Amino acid sequence: MERIKNIFKQNMKQYSMLIALIVIMAMFQILTGGILLKPINVSRLIFQNSYILILAIGMLLCILTGGNIDLSVGSIVAFVSALSALFSVTFGLPVWFAIILGLLSGLLAGMWQGFWIAYVRIPPFIVTLAGMLLFRGINNIILGGQTVLLPEAYTKISSGVIPDFIGGVGGLHVTTLVIGIAFAMLYCAVSLLIRKDKMKYDFEVSTSIFFMGKLLAVSFIIILFAYWLALANGLPIILILLGVLILIYSFLTNKTVVGRHIYAMGGNQKAAALSGIKTKRILFWVYANMGLLAAVAGIVFAGRLNSASPTAGDGFELDAIAACFIGGASATGGVGTIMGAIIGGFIMGILNNGMSIMGISVFWQQIVKGLVLLAAVAFDVYSKSKTKTAHA
Amino acid sequence: MAENRLEHMSENILEMIDITKTFPGVKALDSVNLQVKRGEIHALVGENGAGKSTLMSVLSGIYPYGSYTGDILFEGSVCKFRDIKESEKQGIVIIHQELALSPYMSIAENIFLGNEQAHNGVIDWNETHSKAKTLIELVGLKENHNTLVRDIGVGKQQLVEIAKALSKDVKLLILDEPTAALNDDDSEHLLNLLMKINKEQGISCIIISHKLNEVTKISDQITVIRDGHTIETLIKNIDEISEARIIKGMVGRDLVDRFPKRIPNIGETSFEVKNWTVYDPMDESRKRIDNVNFNVKKGEILGIAGLMGSGRTELAMSIFGRAYGKRITGELYKEGELLVIKDVKHAIRSGFAYVTEDRKTAGLVLIEDIKRNITLANLEKISKRHVVNENMELMVANEYRTKLNIKSSSIHQKTGNLSGGNQQKVVLSKWIFSEPEILILDEPTRGIDVGAKYEIYTIIQKLASEGKSVIVISSELPEILGICDRVYVMNEGKIVGEMDRLEATQESIMACILQSSS
Repeated sequence: MERIKNIFKQNMKQYSMLIALIVIMAMFQILTGGILLKPINVSRLIFQNSYILILAIGMLLCILTGGNIDLSVGSIVAFVSALSALFSVTFGLPVWFAIILGLLSGLLAGMWQGFWIAYVRIPPFIVTLAGMLLFRGINNIILGGQTVLLPEAYTKISSGVIPDFIGGVGGLHVTTLVIGIAFAMLYCAVSLLIRKDKMKYDFEVSTSIFFMGKLLAVSFIIILFAYWLALANGLPIILILLGVLILIYSFLTNKTVVGRHIYAMGGNQKAAALSGIKTKRILFWVYANMGLLAAVAGIVFAGRLNSASPTAGDGFELDAIAACFIGGASATGGVGTIMGAIIGGFIMGILNNGMSIMGISVFWQQIVKGLVLLAAVAFDVYSKSKTKTAHA
Repeated sequence: MAENRLEHMSENILEMIDITKTFPGVKALDSVNLQVKRGEIHALVGENGAGKSTLMSVLSGIYPYGSYTGDILFEGSVCKFRDIKESEKQGIVIIHQELALSPYMSIAENIFLGNEQAHNGVIDWNETHSKAKTLIELVGLKENHNTLVRDIGVGKQQLVEIAKALSKDVKLLILDEPTAALNDDDSEHLLNLLMKINKEQGISCIIISHKLNEVTKISDQITVIRDGHTIETLIKNIDEISEARIIKGMVGRDLVDRFPKRIPNIGETSFEVKNWTVYDPMDESRKRIDNVNFNVKKGEILGIAGLMGSGRTELAMSIFGRAYGKRITGELYKEGELLVIKDVKHAIRSGFAYVTEDRKTAGLVLIEDIKRNITLANLEKISKRHVVNENMELMVANEYRTKLNIKSSSIHQKTGNLSGGNQQKVVLSKWIFSEPEILILDEPTRGIDVGAKYEIYTIIQKLASEGKSVIVISSELPEILGICDRVYVMNEGKIVGEMDRLEATQESIMACILQSSS
């Protein structure tokens, strides 16, 4: 019992965010008269928030290194979407090639900022503030202040769903359902392997009933979710991309040496450096990576609008930063998870979507979002101060 | 003072009666009693975690009235402080171990910080400066009142704190480990100052200290606290006051030896430094390390003695992957072979480990748990293709937790919640796990209680007996003399003496430093 309590305490922050997400979902489900969780709206939620979630993944890494933020991501989104127009429309390059060039440009933009931050030691706030102006300016020069239409293929990435190979049955996208079931089985298999490995080392594992219960619950949710999407148009391509990114970056932060180094550096940069961690190199690559992910988000966003516009990505940086902090990241670094940032992003997304369905004005939406961000961080600070006095 | 003795009530300036303070799950103080006579210097001693600082936090209102039980009588009347401001109003001023000065403000501004000399909210700078001058003279600080606090050393900063306290009409001054970060000279000056203001201005003092030689020297009474209980109060000229006697009270048993016994088994030279010169990274014309030569042998515990600021830490860090300094010149030889170390990671790979003097700011990631701290410097050992094997990590961490006796609830406990001694054991675990051949330990027992010190010494000796070379940098001469086989003396960036275990004494080391000072 004590052990379960401990596990609960340790994961309290992550669970509390999840609980908050469920409560908000339930609340809007009622307030919108059941529209929020209709299959078509769930699908829409994913399309609407995908680019913010991609940005939040990169932003989380920046924040982990020591509470550093990147203000330029909205402008890099605009920069890359303008480049997409330049490469694919003006130069007439094939779309796949234009996408690769776009991603490379984003990476370069990130490396440019990483260089100033890591090696010249200019505070990230200032470097990325400069980047925010710089990349927005480049966008305007490329587009000449005009909105440019993009080739059809871009739309496919951001708004498309996978084709139904098996064939629909009564409006049901069967392939989606099959993928969902396969994914649930994969999850169970991996969980079993991890558990077996732990037992091999003679470590305590949760009781088999608890373990089976968890497997069943998660599998059920995955399959239900797949069924819901199957009822809509099917599995969005962007969700696959997002899922892959979440898996890669969760793995990176939790399981790899680099991930450990990022957390350690955020927790105590001096101690990390004296433990042989190359803090400058990490900072550089974290910002380079942010540029790359901003480019991904830029291409997705351009596809969603089917155009490159001078105002693309305006204010995205703030949504991405807010998602991380709502999701439990510490403002001083060293604490936070990818899943937390994703949950934080969804909380923001559901607030937006739910309030829009209810017909609440955009101005009020901003007020609510601001208060939610403040409340989330206040809760974080409060719970931290409580654990501190308990050990004084 | 004579007339005060006649009035029974006012003989004690402070009485703390049956103070009990509990935190969730822990009784930090259990019916603690403390009586401080008017005009005396009263020492409070005890191991880390015994409850000294908690008691002082109760007294100064950091833990407000109502959060503890028992009574505080100050000058005969019951006090119910709700915060530190209220206790200061009564004349109780506490100077914490971590100084509360603002680095970019001048000495005068700091002295009157929170107590600005102002009329209607407008600061009277003439008054501020003239009052500051008087106070600066009083505490014997030889600095201009306009000097920024960040430009003066810790010793002088401590004096600024005292001047600040004096500016507030202090009646009872509490000092928490005032000399912990000071060298012997500065410590002596500070202690003399305390005795002076105590005698001349009649200010009563409570001093918390681990340095028992200082405590026995200056205090009129000594109260020993152990595990949240008052054990005894020793009175000068009535009770026997000796370090051994106090330690007995602190640990609850006779500590026959403060250092474990060991028969050294010293091999060949393992590491040699030749003509090592390092310049200050902030001011590249300033030599910090000047043509240093030294060597260490396998299985040897080598001491580097010297005052604070003599360049010992800078020497260690410049060797450890150029973590300090610019324009570094000189050669390093490991087992006779020239070694060029590029960075810290390279140093660790080449078999070096450096335990920093400040474990909180540079040694540990306090928000992470024990296991992650232990593996941090050698994650490669438990990873395959850059992926950490967490099961292996758990095993490693559990092994070290048992081996080094890290007192904790589990390896998942955050290191920020451990006591100083156990934190240091985590740091040592981390570096032992990195499998070094040459360990540099910078002030390995600073701020650690007597019992844990003994354990740390045992670990150091075990490392040496395994054939590793251990270099111990310490400001505590008894420690250097107690555990080292050979001692180098450093002063002003130079090695100014080398002594064998047999010839080294506190006197010979101090003489060596004084003779070499320019």
